[in-house]
Amino acid sequence: MRGAKESDKRLNSGTARSLEGLPLGIKDLFCTKGTRTTAGSKILENFVPPYESTVTQNLFDAGAVMLGKTNMDEFAMGSANLTSAYGPVLSPWRRTSDPSNPLVPGGSSGGSAAAVAGHLALAATASDTGGSIRQPAAFTGLVGIKPTYGLCSRWGMIAFASSLDQAGPLTHTVSDAALMLETMVSYDAKDATSLNVEKPSYLASLNEDVRGLKVGIAKEYLEGLSEDGLKLLQQGIEWLKAAGAVIVDVSLPTTAYALPTYYIIAPAEASSNLSRYDGLRFGRRVAGNSLDEMYENTRREGFGHEVKRRIMIGTYVLSAGYYDAYYIKAQKVRKLIANDFDQAFSKVDVLLTPTTPTGAFALNETPSDPVTMYLNDIYTVTANLAGMPAISIPAGLSEQGLPLGLQLIGPKFSEQRLLNTAKVIEAAAGFSMGAK
Amino acid sequence: MSDTNLIKGQTGLWEVVIGLEVHAQVISKSKLFSGSSTEFGAEPNTQVSFVDAGMPGMLPVVNKVCIDQAIKTGLGINGTVNLVSVFDRKNYFYADLPTGYQISQFTQPIVTGGYLDIDLEENVTKRINITRLHVEQDAGKSIHDLHPNHSYIDLNRAGVALMEIVSEPEMRTAAEAMSYVKKLRSILRYLGTCDGNMEQGSMRVDVNVSLRRPGEELGTRAEIKNVNSIRFLGQALEYEIRRQLEILEDGGVIVQETRLFDPSKCETRSMRGKENAHDYRYFPDPDLRPLVLTAERIEKIKATLPELPDAKKARFIKEYGLTDYDASVLVAEQEVAAYYEKVVGSLKSSDIRVAAKLTANWLISEVFGALNRESLTIEQVPFPPQHLAKLVDLITDDTISGKIAKDVFAKLWETGEDPSQIVEKLGLQQITDPAAIEAIIAQILEKDAAKVEEYRSGKPQLFGYFVGQVMKIMQGKANPGIVNKILQEKLNG
Repeated sequence: MRGAKESDKRLNSGTARSLEGLPLGIKDLFCTKGTRTTAGSKILENFVPPYESTVTQNLFDAGAVMLGKTNMDEFAMGSANLTSAYGPVLSPWRRTSDPSNPLVPGGSSGGSAAAVAGHLALAATASDTGGSIRQPAAFTGLVGIKPTYGLCSRWGMIAFASSLDQAGPLTHTVSDAALMLETMVSYDAKDATSLNVEKPSYLASLNEDVRGLKVGIAKEYLEGLSEDGLKLLQQGIEWLKAAGAVIVDVSLPTTAYALPTYYIIAPAEASSNLSRYDGLRFGRRVAGNSLDEMYENTRREGFGHEVKRRIMIGTYVLSAGYYDAYYIKAQKVRKLIANDFDQAFSKVDVLLTPTTPTGAFALNETPSDPVTMYLNDIYTVTANLAGMPAISIPAGLSEQGLPLGLQLIGPKFSEQRLLNTAKVIEAAAGFSMGAK
Repeated sequence: MSDTNLIKGQTGLWEVVIGLEVHAQVISKSKLFSGSSTEFGAEPNTQVSFVDAGMPGMLPVVNKVCIDQAIKTGLGINGTVNLVSVFDRKNYFYADLPTGYQISQFTQPIVTGGYLDIDLEENVTKRINITRLHVEQDAGKSIHDLHPNHSYIDLNRAGVALMEIVSEPEMRTAAEAMSYVKKLRSILRYLGTCDGNMEQGSMRVDVNVSLRRPGEELGTRAEIKNVNSIRFLGQALEYEIRRQLEILEDGGVIVQETRLFDPSKCETRSMRGKENAHDYRYFPDPDLRPLVLTAERIEKIKATLPELPDAKKARFIKEYGLTDYDASVLVAEQEVAAYYEKVVGSLKSSDIRVAAKLTANWLISEVFGALNRESLTIEQVPFPPQHLAKLVDLITDDTISGKIAKDVFAKLWETGEDPSQIVEKLGLQQITDPAAIEAIIAQILEKDAAKVEEYRSGKPQLFGYFVGQVMKIMQGKANPGIVNKILQEKLNG
């Protein structure tokens, strides 16, 4: 509220900043000074950070106002916002044929996506470790961009998998995404993986000129694609061609290994990152008769199933005797995946892919098998593994009347190119703003 | 290796194999990955940042000063500083480890290789190779004895930079191990990269020790953790070697385990066995990029290296003609060596080597004696180095005898006054006038005629008696050389 009053003053006095008075949803992964930050977990149910994350500070410095913290999958582990300790998030979208059956908004940034898609917040912060910005964007008809690894500071953003986590915005339009992202991006000496690059001005440089742009279509991304998905991709190709882009077929032979690689590296890092939640210094503590017992009780009660599953997987793949076979091998494959992208980007400027295999599913259709759930990330994890930027743009509706997204992936630092190309798709798709 | 290092059991000879891991706290104003102060002795939990406390979303950023200190140390122990090294996470749960992992270096340390030459007996040194030096965070402190069923945690130390310096298993006796730690501590202090204060825990030693038959494969080792004084190191090793020897001689096997040394009982005790060993799940810390150094940075630091103990010792021997022992004693601590050179620099004597040697004697016997007596350090000597130089000059120019000089020194220590003033005030100048001495001698020989007869009839041991009489009458101020010479002439002439 203090921020809102300050914004009123500035708007009246003509000293408004770039995001003056704009109400934002803030994913509950970003530490907000004096405002409870839970990461969707019971273990942080009472955690009030005494510091502000760099990304939110940047937004507030530009005049944005925090409308509220948004629900999320616990520690950003999930693809449907069903793992939050505070209950699921419902998408504002419904199938035309089955309007009473609630749908998931995607995850892990499900709360942010629903808040923006439902017109509660003008835009929201989100984070993307394997697709957690882009997948919910696709499910809820929003624009979601994950920038190049290192553009947004991770300082004050609760870690899931440090080498993959990146902050980014969820917005209705590409222009909003450009403005949000350029505000969120900054070099931060407090984050050793932050990249020291000039502050971008994506919005001012935004244009729809894609003449001669080489757009790659990876054949590996077409395999097993749904009819809806294939149709959408074809549509995207036509739009870009019409705007003067050139379509080029490429191959990313390591695609099939991306998901298993991701599900080794991300849990490995998470198992270590989440060790600090021990009940000692902050967060929930469940007493025990010994230190070990306190750890066990605290973490047993504090963490949900999916988080425990990933901590166990991560602990396993880092264990003596398994480390080489899993973690080291995954790191090698990760390099090969990055090489694949480098190869592809020596021939094309961007890659066009579907964002998700399907549109949103209903809460009661949620796959019980975690691996099927993990398949949601199949088109998105590669950009995280390679550290490349990627954007999801709403491009149409499925037969069931649900939004579908197209994804553009570019080489490192190609955010402007991605936004420009996305703008072409946005204009051509004429996607109406969010759910009705 | 000489056979004298083998120990003889009832079943034959055994060889002891010792390797040391020394944890040396880096001298730096702030911690390895945060801006918190590293000062010792502050109120508990007052030097803890959000990073040190492992708060959610906090990230480590490497402190360049700590890295420069590690580079300097690597160069000081003749190691190779690697242009690329990697920080890894060592994962384990403990209450004084806030993040649940210690950031360390596992597969790619900042320094590989190196060696120390340890001083054994006079003029005997042994080269001990160093495997590696890596940089890591210290943990906090758990305090278990303040409350019957609670432990207290102090995180002031959490995140302070440590260098772990790992030796090859090349030491064969407790004495060698002690000498290694002494030498390493001396070098670290010279470099200014660790204060070497073992009582405060800024230097701690993990000892790996095993026994084997000479020439055979290495035996199973026990590790004694966190030994915090050189004396305890010796005691722990003596105990542990005897323990292992007894087991092996009885046909038993050594269990690979971690042990603790209990100084009150002078014994080592099992802390945890191999089956309870942690699986630390090391992996590269994704919050930190690989540590990349430039050759320029290393060269720049190399240019700041001080003269180290071995080089200084060699120079002292060459320039001042000191014995190996004296030179070793003087260079062990940089402050002592510096004090010594200040004294030598102020000497007026024409024969600098003689005076410098005399200075070494005075420093080692009298000054050290007084410092020990009063538990003081070299910085607390109650007079400036020029005064000691003056005292030595007074001896070499025959103003006072060595014996009188001891009285002057006592006064000097007490008052801090200029020794020449002390000598003047107390009238202690040596009497070198042969006529004055001859007069006294004549007087004595006349009075003690019977003793003179005895002497001349074959009791030469009485010579000392006459010297004593002269000195007594002359209050010790007579030049002993002249007294001897005149007495000889008079008694034998």
